[in-house]
Amino acid sequence: MAVDANPHPTPSASALRGFFDGDVWHSFRSSPVAMLAAVITLICFVCALFAEVVAPHNPFDLATLELMDSLKPPVWVSGGESKYLLGTDGQGRDILSALMYGARISLLVGIASVLLSIVIGVSLGLLAGFLGGRTDAFVMRICDVMLSFPSILVALMISGVGRSLFPNAPDALAFVVLVLAISLTGWVQYARTVRGSTLVERNKEYVQAARVIGVGSFRIMRRHVLPNVLGPVLVLATIQIASAIITEATLSFLGVGVPVTSPSLGTLIRNGNDYLFSGEWWITAWPSLTLVLITLSVNLLGDWLRDALNPRLR
Amino acid sequence: MIASSRDTNARQAFSNFMLVFILRRLAQAVVVMLSVAFIAFMLFQYVGDPVTNLLGQDATEEQRTALRKDLGLDQPFPVQFARFAVNAAQGEFGISLRQGRKVSSLIVERFPATLELALVAGLIALGFGIPLGVYAALRRGKASAQLLMTGTLFGVSLPNFVIGIVLIWVFAVELKWLPSFGRGEVVDFGGWTSGLLTRDGLLHLILPAFTLSAFQLTLIMRLVRAEMLEVLRTDYIRFARARGLTNRSVYFGHALKNTLVPVITITGLQLGSLIAFAIITEQVFQWPGMGLLFIQAVQFADIPVMAAYLCLISLIFVVINLGVDLLYFAVDPRLRVEGKAH
Repeated sequence: MAVDANPHPTPSASALRGFFDGDVWHSFRSSPVAMLAAVITLICFVCALFAEVVAPHNPFDLATLELMDSLKPPVWVSGGESKYLLGTDGQGRDILSALMYGARISLLVGIASVLLSIVIGVSLGLLAGFLGGRTDAFVMRICDVMLSFPSILVALMISGVGRSLFPNAPDALAFVVLVLAISLTGWVQYARTVRGSTLVERNKEYVQAARVIGVGSFRIMRRHVLPNVLGPVLVLATIQIASAIITEATLSFLGVGVPVTSPSLGTLIRNGNDYLFSGEWWITAWPSLTLVLITLSVNLLGDWLRDALNPRLR
Repeated sequence: MIASSRDTNARQAFSNFMLVFILRRLAQAVVVMLSVAFIAFMLFQYVGDPVTNLLGQDATEEQRTALRKDLGLDQPFPVQFARFAVNAAQGEFGISLRQGRKVSSLIVERFPATLELALVAGLIALGFGIPLGVYAALRRGKASAQLLMTGTLFGVSLPNFVIGIVLIWVFAVELKWLPSFGRGEVVDFGGWTSGLLTRDGLLHLILPAFTLSAFQLTLIMRLVRAEMLEVLRTDYIRFARARGLTNRSVYFGHALKNTLVPVITITGLQLGSLIAFAIITEQVFQWPGMGLLFIQAVQFADIPVMAAYLCLISLIFVVINLGVDLLYFAVDPRLRVEGKAH
């Protein structure tokens, strides 16, 4: 909420803009891997965002589903139809369209949980680093404990508690529980990063100057320190989107993620898994491939961004 | 004289430091376990009413009050928590809501399957990861090593269940070489079941164990490669070469030995995550372990099973972390040197 509340760009913010005009763009243009990853990511985002326009069918419109068309293989396999490019699933849904709608849900959940974990992590990191003392010790202990458990376990636990608290929850609430489960495990990284940079920033002269003229702690944190600690958060966020998408897919695959009425990529893989043994490989293969493509290219993009923004590597 | 008094001081300081370190770690472990127990307790108390769960919806108010009293639910909060903690410490978590059996016996039944899977996966990760890592380090810059390193990128970024599905597709569905479902034939040793002793059990273990090990395998391989490259640059390796030792003895006798400490530490730490990630593998292969039990508990909001699993897995993690911390402290030469150098 307070992330972009800074109307006056600080020196480092405008420096960042200059950075994007020059070196970073150049490094992007000279890295074929980064460009390929960016193109794939862009295609996936556009298909997901404009699924209604791009998708050849609406897989959730029950009126258009024909049971006769179920389990059709991809078009190049014998028995395939040009109407269904990548084949159909057990209910006659077009896989390509289901992929686009599914990718939308995956990306939506992934991005929403990354945003929420940024808000939680950055706030706690700022507080811990700036206030120090007991606040710092308390937040960092929680981080230590969270980090000693694998994130998938924590996410499963939170989702399990959410399920038992609201046994007959409507679908919207299921999404909220899912996003909470993923972001409550993901905030730790941001908190640690931001705390580290805040510890450095809080002793700088501009902070002392602000203190001297009587600006309150929270205002200093929000208006002065925050813009200067956001750089690494950006890089971290890119990489975390990939892992948030994987976590979502894993939870959905395990059957405790998104509601079945709005299947994400993970749900599609789970559904297709049952057909694997009867030879209908395409139902599970396409969503798996899409998931891998999205996470791999977002990861590569994040790696490139980290290297490009790191002055020590240049 | 001066040197020896410095020596004693350093030793004194070192052992004090060590004592403080151990005590702090122990205290932290106890705090973690207590907070986990507290979370589990809160789950029991406030998520899903235990009285309704036991009696059903249409019990009379008298029955409810009686049961509430029997269960001790009318007592003050700290007393209830203390009783819960004592029960939990004895492995007593009540009755599974879904299966109607004691949680402790359910877990005892499932534990061997998960432990075997995790251990075999860990061995696979070490057995393949170390040689491949050494190979990638020695052949650095060659096409084969390059290919291997690109391969590890997939091991890291592929979601675990996708690896499992691909393995099932290739080896179980297309080639029909290996089974992909369940544990196969097991031998029962009075409560401990093992699939390691029958051919069928071993065949069933192959695919899940490789799936589970994929991430750790690539991790170990990358780690060994990085450590080897570092060590190969040091003076004592050059000296060993100057002495005319064979490549074999330089690489394996001198270099590899020195890369193994961090590798063993990481593997130890990863054993806990192997058990945790087994949840996913067990779901893919319908492996009848604790992870499958836990997933079903999460799906059906079976609080006692969830709470028990939470406590057990936390205990495993805390014990492993504590053990590795202490071990690391004991084997890190820099810390020992401080005490002995003078």
